[in-house]
Amino acid sequence: MKYEAVIGMEVHVEINSKSKVFCACPTDFHAPPNTNVCPICLGMPGALPVLNRDMVDKSVAVGLALNCKISRWSKMDRKNYFYPDLAKNYQISQYDLPLCHGGSIEIEVDGETRRIGITRAHMEEDTARNTHTLGGGQSGIDFNRSGVPLLEIVTEPDIRSAAEAYAYLTALKQILQYLDVSDCNMEEGSLRAEANISIRPEGRAEFGVKTEVKNVASFSGVQKAIDYEIARQEKVLREGGVIVQETRGWDADRGITVSQRLKESAHDYRYFPEPDLPPIVVDESWENRIREGLPELPAPRKKRLESQYGLSAYDAHVITLSKPVADYYEAVVAAGADPKKASNWLMVELQALLSAAKLEIQACKIGPEALAALLKLIDTGLISGKIAKEVLVEMFDSGLPPDTIVRDKGLSQISDTGAIEAAVKQVIDASPEQVAQFKAGKDKVFGYFVGQVMKATRGKGNPQLINDILRRELEG
Amino acid sequence: MTMDWYWKSASEISAAVRSGVVSASDITEAQLRRIDEVDGRIDAYTQRWDDTARAMAAKVDKKASRGEALGPLAGVPVGLKELLCTRVGKTTCASKMLEHFRSPYDATVVKRLEAADAVFLGKVNMDEFAMGSSTENSAIKVTRNPWNLKCVPGGSSGGSAAAVSAGECAISLGSDTGGSIRQPACLCGCVGIKPTYGRVSRYGLVAFASSLDQIGPLTRTVEDAALTLNVICGRDEMDATSADLPVPDFTGALTGDVRGLRIGLPKEYFTEALSEPMRERIEQAVDAYRANGAEIVEVSLPCSEYAIAVYYIICTAEASANLARFDGVRYGFRHPEAKTMQDMYVMSKSAAFGPEVRRRIMLGTYVLSSGYYDAYYLKAQKVRALIKKDFDAAFEKCDVIAGPTSPTASFEFGAKSDNPLEMYLSDIYTISVNLATLPGISIPCGLTDAGLPVGMQLMARPFEEELLLKTAHFYEQNRGFDMGRPPIA
Ligand SMILES: [Zn+2]
Repeated sequence: MKYEAVIGMEVHVEINSKSKVFCACPTDFHAPPNTNVCPICLGMPGALPVLNRDMVDKSVAVGLALNCKISRWSKMDRKNYFYPDLAKNYQISQYDLPLCHGGSIEIEVDGETRRIGITRAHMEEDTARNTHTLGGGQSGIDFNRSGVPLLEIVTEPDIRSAAEAYAYLTALKQILQYLDVSDCNMEEGSLRAEANISIRPEGRAEFGVKTEVKNVASFSGVQKAIDYEIARQEKVLREGGVIVQETRGWDADRGITVSQRLKESAHDYRYFPEPDLPPIVVDESWENRIREGLPELPAPRKKRLESQYGLSAYDAHVITLSKPVADYYEAVVAAGADPKKASNWLMVELQALLSAAKLEIQACKIGPEALAALLKLIDTGLISGKIAKEVLVEMFDSGLPPDTIVRDKGLSQISDTGAIEAAVKQVIDASPEQVAQFKAGKDKVFGYFVGQVMKATRGKGNPQLINDILRRELEG
Repeated sequence: MTMDWYWKSASEISAAVRSGVVSASDITEAQLRRIDEVDGRIDAYTQRWDDTARAMAAKVDKKASRGEALGPLAGVPVGLKELLCTRVGKTTCASKMLEHFRSPYDATVVKRLEAADAVFLGKVNMDEFAMGSSTENSAIKVTRNPWNLKCVPGGSSGGSAAAVSAGECAISLGSDTGGSIRQPACLCGCVGIKPTYGRVSRYGLVAFASSLDQIGPLTRTVEDAALTLNVICGRDEMDATSADLPVPDFTGALTGDVRGLRIGLPKEYFTEALSEPMRERIEQAVDAYRANGAEIVEVSLPCSEYAIAVYYIICTAEASANLARFDGVRYGFRHPEAKTMQDMYVMSKSAAFGPEVRRRIMLGTYVLSSGYYDAYYLKAQKVRALIKKDFDAAFEKCDVIAGPTSPTASFEFGAKSDNPLEMYLSDIYTISVNLATLPGISIPCGLTDAGLPVGMQLMARPFEEELLLKTAHFYEQNRGFDMGRPPIA
């Protein structure tokens, strides 16, 4: 029997509002423990929440970008459970009336496009962080993170493989970054993904029993965890066992999922409407204001780059993966560079330097104008492509403009015909054997001459000139 | 000057201080002596802030000496209910749970009173976490009714009512979730108003039931209630449920007569549940309105019989979540013998909450539990909407609704404390006002033969406090007899 996986994703995204979702505290949780706190996010008696409008704006933007319907009327609810990292012992969240619902996102796997349904996206507050490393059997709680705004995005069980889950997360992250609503940094917890996984015999409509996989710290981790879990469930079923509904944690070191909590012992959260907060009414004009402010999203931008600059689908895809890279690319072209050359230099040469230095393009010392200027130096024949690569490294390290580097290091090409003719003559005189071979029809030897002349001009000879003069001298 | 300043109204005191007739310090000293003299018998105060009071008074006097304009409550002595957060002293909610708790901030109402140049004398007793109708649920002390020391002051703002009634402060701020301002005001013979939900910021009021709680003043005169509302009402950015409406000058509304005013009497409020002396006094009060040209109409509030059931589902549900934060983790009582996290929760809560608080937390947890939510909480919300509709319909026929505040006058200690259901009935006439988010006021309208105060309750449409105060004030000025003072005077 062949099995099919049925996967739904729940992603918690930290929204990058300046202040927390229900108080004015800054959201920077890297500050020393318990410094970005106030009576509200500490759950002090008598303190009341006030919903941050920026959080609603950004959540609506995400909803619209995910093709969701925005609820004209929604509300916050209390989710009750006891845990020391939960200041009030209830979390303010959204239960039956989320802000955004009924959307979808398109993903591409192996050249095939699939639509993944978005069930809902709802607003809630983050909890504090417990640490058990204080020594002496003591635990500490850092409330800096308590009340940081979270948007929980839940998909329909439309995902069928680990690769699709990976593609979904990538597409989602791409959209969130385009909207500039989150850092989406999984290591730091600003994006947390959980997968609900079940399997069923292919062709059957009913779902199998699902498990929920948590504690995954990277997209590739999610992919591995899902692959593992699908295989584990298949093995259980093939051996005649049953799947238990439970939460399983991903152990990245061992590459396995481990049972954490059975569903039977799960909480009754006793949800009820939060009486301290009035309903959230997003009218048409509010929704339209957010819609009009939406940036160009990745999918339409990719199509535009293809048609506007003649890029291949692949290049356009790679460039639009990250909004800063796409912005950078378009700025290079706007500064006068040839679109295709700009794409090559950005995606190959510059990307290699960035990867080696583990830098994002925003932190790169080479501005788009500088890269365009470098490409112009190649076009005008002042330097060769080979020299340009050296100049790029220099620019990357020093941040100096290309013409300064070329001038200071004396890298400009020798386009003086006389100097090249002299070098050519010298090389031909010193290589009678190769001249004979060439004359005998061995055209490959031509490369040898080019190399020797380049060497003689210490790499600065204009390649086109060298070519022309060599041909003339050898063939003439 | 050896006048009994402590019997003066807040308006008189403020006027005298502002015009320089008397200093805020003199008022404060007279008031502190009064507390020395009677509070040993009343036990309204749980905390005395003599030093704070003197410093606040001195500040007001200094301001006056520099020729600066003084606030509308200049030098007026105020007692604060134990559940209002203050940086001064403790905020105990009359619970062992918060016995040593100090709030890091001041409630919005506290800030507003201070900005109006009031003087804080300390904090007054209440039922633990505002749960009760006799103040017998206080974990701190027993407060007695100044009219009869064997009787309860009502609750939960029993300390506020007793203090105001015994001349231990001019104004006390209380809170009202189902009658906790109006019922003790009724039992102690003073004025108590619960403003419309949203009129007064709840920021810094330790929550009992968030959708019902409202802060309001207990005073000896209607004018003082209006004066206090002028100071504490209005939008607060810290409370999302506070109404963004202009605040009128409530004292300016206390003019004119009641000719043509339509006063509705709900037939459901005048049944055998209402004790005879209460009925008599209220009918006399209604006669006074009629005699002065008001039109008396019968109205019906058919859903009234469900009010108590609805109330005890909604308020306990909200309380079960609101009180969850008292877990011994960050503040409050933590059981010293708790060894595990689970023990810390269970042992701390079991040891530090009194029986009524524990009962309500358990009730609230139950009605919200999966499988029961629809049958209890959701249904209660639907009936709450029907109760609101009843009032909407009644207010088509009348402008103000009049009725009793409490089914009986005050009762002796222990009379109802063994029977929670009977105690719950103390709020049978006040609860609907909270459920419908209306303003309601209790004003004294006589004494029983046993010499215990009787109170009349008036209710108005949301945010019609002006009409409510005007109607109450008219009766107060024209009732034709003097309420007198409690025998303790
Ligand atoms: Zn805060």
